[in-house]
Amino acid sequence: MTATTQKPPLSTHAKIERNVSILGVLAFLAVTVGGIVEIAPLFWIDNTIEKVKGVRPYTPLEQAGRDIYIREGCYVCHSQMIRPFRDEVERYGHYSLAAESMYDHPFQWGSKRTGPDLARVGGRYSDEWHVQHLTDPRSVVPESVMPMYAFLKDRDLKAGEGGTMTGEIKALATTGVPYTPEQIAKADEDLKAQAGMGDTTELAKRWPKAQPRDFDGNPGRLTEMDALVAYLQVLGTMVDVNAAAAQEDLAKETGR
Amino acid sequence: MVTLTGRAGIWLVVLFLAILAIAAAADTGFAVHMTIVALAAAIGLFVTLSKTDYAAIARGALKGPDHSRYDDDPIRWGVIATVFWGMAGFAAGLFIALQLAYPVLNLGTEYTTFGRLRPLHTSAVIFAFGGNALIATSFYVVQRTCRARLAFPGLARFVFWGYQLFIVLAATGYLLGITQGKEYAEPEWYVDLWLTIVWVAYLAVFVGTLVKRTEPHIYVANWFYLSFILTVAMLHLVNNVNLPISLVGAHSVAVWAGVQGALIQWWYGHNAVGFFLTAGFLAMMYYFVPKQAERPVYSYRLSIIHFWALIFLYIWAGPHHLHYTALPDWAQTLGMVFSVMLWMPSWGGMINGLMTLNGAWDKIRTDPIIRMFVMSLAFYGMSTFEGPMMSVKSVNALSHYTDWTIGHVHSGALGWNGMVTFATLYYLVPRLWQRERLYSLRMVNWHFWLATTGIVFYAASMWVAGITQGLMWREYGADGYLVNSFAETVAALHPMYLLRAFGGLLYLTGAVVMTVNVWKTIAGSPLRIEAPMTDTPYDAAQDRPLVPAAVPAE
Repeated sequence: MTATTQKPPLSTHAKIERNVSILGVLAFLAVTVGGIVEIAPLFWIDNTIEKVKGVRPYTPLEQAGRDIYIREGCYVCHSQMIRPFRDEVERYGHYSLAAESMYDHPFQWGSKRTGPDLARVGGRYSDEWHVQHLTDPRSVVPESVMPMYAFLKDRDLKAGEGGTMTGEIKALATTGVPYTPEQIAKADEDLKAQAGMGDTTELAKRWPKAQPRDFDGNPGRLTEMDALVAYLQVLGTMVDVNAAAAQEDLAKETGR
Repeated sequence: MVTLTGRAGIWLVVLFLAILAIAAAADTGFAVHMTIVALAAAIGLFVTLSKTDYAAIARGALKGPDHSRYDDDPIRWGVIATVFWGMAGFAAGLFIALQLAYPVLNLGTEYTTFGRLRPLHTSAVIFAFGGNALIATSFYVVQRTCRARLAFPGLARFVFWGYQLFIVLAATGYLLGITQGKEYAEPEWYVDLWLTIVWVAYLAVFVGTLVKRTEPHIYVANWFYLSFILTVAMLHLVNNVNLPISLVGAHSVAVWAGVQGALIQWWYGHNAVGFFLTAGFLAMMYYFVPKQAERPVYSYRLSIIHFWALIFLYIWAGPHHLHYTALPDWAQTLGMVFSVMLWMPSWGGMINGLMTLNGAWDKIRTDPIIRMFVMSLAFYGMSTFEGPMMSVKSVNALSHYTDWTIGHVHSGALGWNGMVTFATLYYLVPRLWQRERLYSLRMVNWHFWLATTGIVFYAASMWVAGITQGLMWREYGADGYLVNSFAETVAALHPMYLLRAFGGLLYLTGAVVMTVNVWKTIAGSPLRIEAPMTDTPYDAAQDRPLVPAAVPAE
């Protein structure tokens, strides 16, 4: 009889499973490929983020409001990402653009809509409505299951680390948000000014289109409610998606 | 003595640094956390310096056997921690489920809102319950399959206690509002750094033990554990690149933003499922199912193919969390295709587990622990079919943002991860504490049925809720307008939220039954007097040859 030299299939795997180093290196290589292929190109393919006009970094007050939005875990029930479907566009507005969250560190697109999408909630409701709704959601939306955030009205805004936004704005600038040195230096003054407690002409110079006013209906006091409402009111308002130029730019997009 | 003073010195330095950090803290949250760290360092210092043999005291208190051939102390602690965090996580889950049905349960304080408790629930079940189960079982399995005691026993203890400190810091952080705002990656920068240290120590203990092995081959369970430890390290490091605003403050700024940040987050998030909740738990399955069934693994070749295919394909699936978003189409499509392909290696694992019962299928009737393993594999199979289906873009258009996703996650988490962990705990406890058997097998059976019924309520109600929600959002009337306001869709879900909470209550009740059973077994209570799970009926009167019927005369 002929000698049976044929090895059983996959017998070479014995080499791998007898050597910790080979097993570990191969297992690690296997799990790196997918991430490199999918994620890395997003940093250099040009049309990943559309070039649209209007997106600006958040003002110090809006950023402080965003910190509260994150602190309270709003993202577990609210998305900020409108999909390009007829019903979503009619319900929430123009579908979300990648450019609109390019300065979001981190993104807050969300994954669940226990409550409605908030990507374009800015300007849809009055400040008073937001304050009332955050204080007692069921007093304006009886079916709502949202928690009560009345405590935001009663707490002074201690923005950022150690009561100043400068550090946070500076850190954001380090990660690539185009804040000017002047915007960083005057962060705390501009925060107060936007909440209706300072020089709004200076504010308008540094932050075009920032909406300065008292947001929480309590002009004498700068509260966490001021900041959160200021953030909600700017969401989705930066890009004029219905402008002719924007529509033309978007029509030319391919591969998205 | 050098090592003793060295160790005490490290604790002292940590203690001083923590006290300095409390004094310089930029916010109260950071001060609270540094107080916890200082407390932990003080305990560490005290335990190091006092001459008492705390390991022996712990063994006495936990009624653990003195010496075994393997280093089992950290595993016994891990078993207890798994049960404890499991109960905490399930209870938190039930509470937040009730909050969605009755919002008044948010209680109006900042610490008890759904937004802060939900990360507490997810982290408690995934990282505390699941993580402790993974660390404890990996230490158990790697010693047995390598026939070697744990490498670096001191480091192994550090891994256990360091991981508990990570859990406490993360959990208290959520309540205090300290979060990065990324799902399943909520802990802030300093907690992330601490976990990195613990994880490197974990890798060292695990690989060190593999290197020490006296068996020529590395058993398949260890391939899965190794790839789980390596991949989680990679995901954790890349997704949590953050810039602290102040070195003595809790808050940081994510380096990744917008669309890139979104894909990195879901590359992380999906593979937390893929490697933490799948590869790691498959490792448990590959050791404990064959052991309990007393049958060899069905196919060696299948285990090779499905291991490499699973770890290679899983990492690509992340973009299916971002269908129809501002993520470029090419990435979405790539994610979808790989998610569908992932169905095959997933079922490879299920088949290999289920077919291991070849020749032992009768044990499903007689052994409630085997029954649990089989149910966990069945749920693994179901949720790894459902997942690829939901990752198809047209299905995802309906299911995304709805409770269907929540139902899907829980059929995997409660069915697969929960059940396989419970069965493993039932296997481990009598062996680790050298008891004859569990206190009660009937109670395992009760746990099985409570948990199974609970999952059915949970998954079914969330399917109905998700599809209702998805269809109501997109419903158009004859007039061409949207039919439902958002608030109406919220109101429609109320009955489903109640059924879901009921399912959760059943599941939690099952876990209470387990806690009692494990407690009594560890305490060495006399075995519960109960009817055996099966008995062989014997009727002496019937035990005779057939008497031929009398033939009537012609």
